[in-house]
Amino acid sequence: MSLRQTRILYRACWTIALLIAAIPFIFPFIWMVSAGFKSVTEIFGAPSLIPRVWRWENFVEVFTYQPFARQYFNSLYIAILVTGLTLVISSLAGYALARMRFAGAALLMLFLISALMVPEEVTIIPNFFLMRWFGLVDTHWPLILLPTFGPQGVMATFLMRQYFLALPKELEEAGKMDGLTRFGVWWKIALPMSRPALAAVAIITFLHSWNLFLEPLIFVSSLEMFTLPLALSNFNDSYGLPLWNLQLAATSLAVVPILIVYLIAQRQIIESFALSGVKG
Amino acid sequence: MTDSIHITRRGGQKSRLTLKAREMMEAWLFVSPTVIGFIIFFLGPLLAVAYYSLTEWNLLTQQATFVGLANFENALLENPDFWHVVRNSVIFALGLVPLNMALALTLALALSRPFRGVVFFRTVFFAPVVTSAIAWAIVWKFMLQGEGGFINQVLALVGISGPNWLREPNWAMAAVIITRVIKMVGLNMILYIAALQAIPRDYEEAARLEGASRRQIFSMITWPLLAPATLVIMVITTIGSFKVFDHIYQMTGGGPENGTLVLAFYIYQQGFKFFNVGYASTLAMIMFAIVMVLTLVQVALRRKGME
Repeated sequence: MSLRQTRILYRACWTIALLIAAIPFIFPFIWMVSAGFKSVTEIFGAPSLIPRVWRWENFVEVFTYQPFARQYFNSLYIAILVTGLTLVISSLAGYALARMRFAGAALLMLFLISALMVPEEVTIIPNFFLMRWFGLVDTHWPLILLPTFGPQGVMATFLMRQYFLALPKELEEAGKMDGLTRFGVWWKIALPMSRPALAAVAIITFLHSWNLFLEPLIFVSSLEMFTLPLALSNFNDSYGLPLWNLQLAATSLAVVPILIVYLIAQRQIIESFALSGVKG
Repeated sequence: MTDSIHITRRGGQKSRLTLKAREMMEAWLFVSPTVIGFIIFFLGPLLAVAYYSLTEWNLLTQQATFVGLANFENALLENPDFWHVVRNSVIFALGLVPLNMALALTLALALSRPFRGVVFFRTVFFAPVVTSAIAWAIVWKFMLQGEGGFINQVLALVGISGPNWLREPNWAMAAVIITRVIKMVGLNMILYIAALQAIPRDYEEAARLEGASRRQIFSMITWPLLAPATLVIMVITTIGSFKVFDHIYQMTGGGPENGTLVLAFYIYQQGFKFFNVGYASTLAMIMFAIVMVLTLVQVALRRKGME
């Protein structure tokens, strides 16, 4: 065999291996959608990818079993709010930590770094009592406040700081010469230059909020206040056993839109995660 | 503009101080939302949980009494559940971390250089990362059902009678670990790809000209140069494995026979199911200690690597 042939063979082997490896990553999504269209009797029958009988009613019953549309909306508006708040707060603090000298900055950095690593589970008990004291249990406030100011928000702050540090200072100094205040420099010069970092923070924050589970589980109890992950885990019969076809139909409704956005913007999304991970 | 003129006119030591003071005030204004939120929702609760861990406090009795280290004694010396949970968490970490990292590195090596289809594969392997853990656990739980579950039906085709995965403690643990690896490996793959792409190509080409084999290039050039990345990824993944909650909540609920009851789930169960606030806080402090030790190990190793 010539060198060229061995190289082609080598490549082909790798590609086949990768294709096989890809199955457990893709197939669950396909099987989820397929099962979402099946009836209870078919769901555990002989496996078939295409449902023998398409049971569209599943997707209607999803909305009558619990206020699924409302729960969907909850997840959406909370994620948007958390993302907006995080963008403002983290870029303000990140800017100050990157560009301004102030007493206590080093100490603040140390505190924030230590917060980065601590899991939510550690502080969730006192936070529960805090929210109960504020009268915010079974509202969406904890789901907005805790991610914004918790480790996720701190991570966003560091991401912004890192990006601001890498920006050239000259434009900002020119802005200052032209009479811009610090706030003006941040808003009119630094922020527009840091769009990639803002996009990364937005993507990661949105997904984190959208997928949040522990906080909704602990703080929210009425069905109308549920977010999507909580709603998904709630498709059970009176014995607590899953109503599989409804649950999988609902899960498809929750996952497929995110996957479509992911497929369109995969490069941007993957880069955002790489950016946040490198720092950690 | 008027401000700066004002200051230059005054001149001297004093104005520089006021300028500094002004900048300092502005800076604190910029960081104030972060700082206030940090104190209310992180630092305060962290101090509170440290105090709670020293109390006997059951929500049903509504009384907190200071008991010193009794909860820690209970956890570490008396309560057999605690060590069972620690054992589960350690098994989970020991299963997940090496499997995740080996797979991530293999995929990264295959996908770090452009070829036709590279974007497709990267997109596929990363897709579960953006998916909610609850959704992922729902689908896998469905596929791992003992009777009529997809996995067992496939196994039956080749004549294997699969176990009732999520009803037997050891199989359930294996199932949780493997499905978690598939869910999260994409993230580490991306981090490894970034690290691989940062290695100058010349090194490898020089080695190849010297007649080094692929294996030699990997073991003598690539792997040593990846060491810093490997360290960071290992610590992040280990900490992540101690935090895992939603995945286990949905797939096994800590069962069967507490076979997948890990630390994060145990904290939730004690605090929010059994209302043992004091004991649950003790567990939270132990988790905090574990994470801190892992972080310090990382910092120490990094420093050692730099010398």
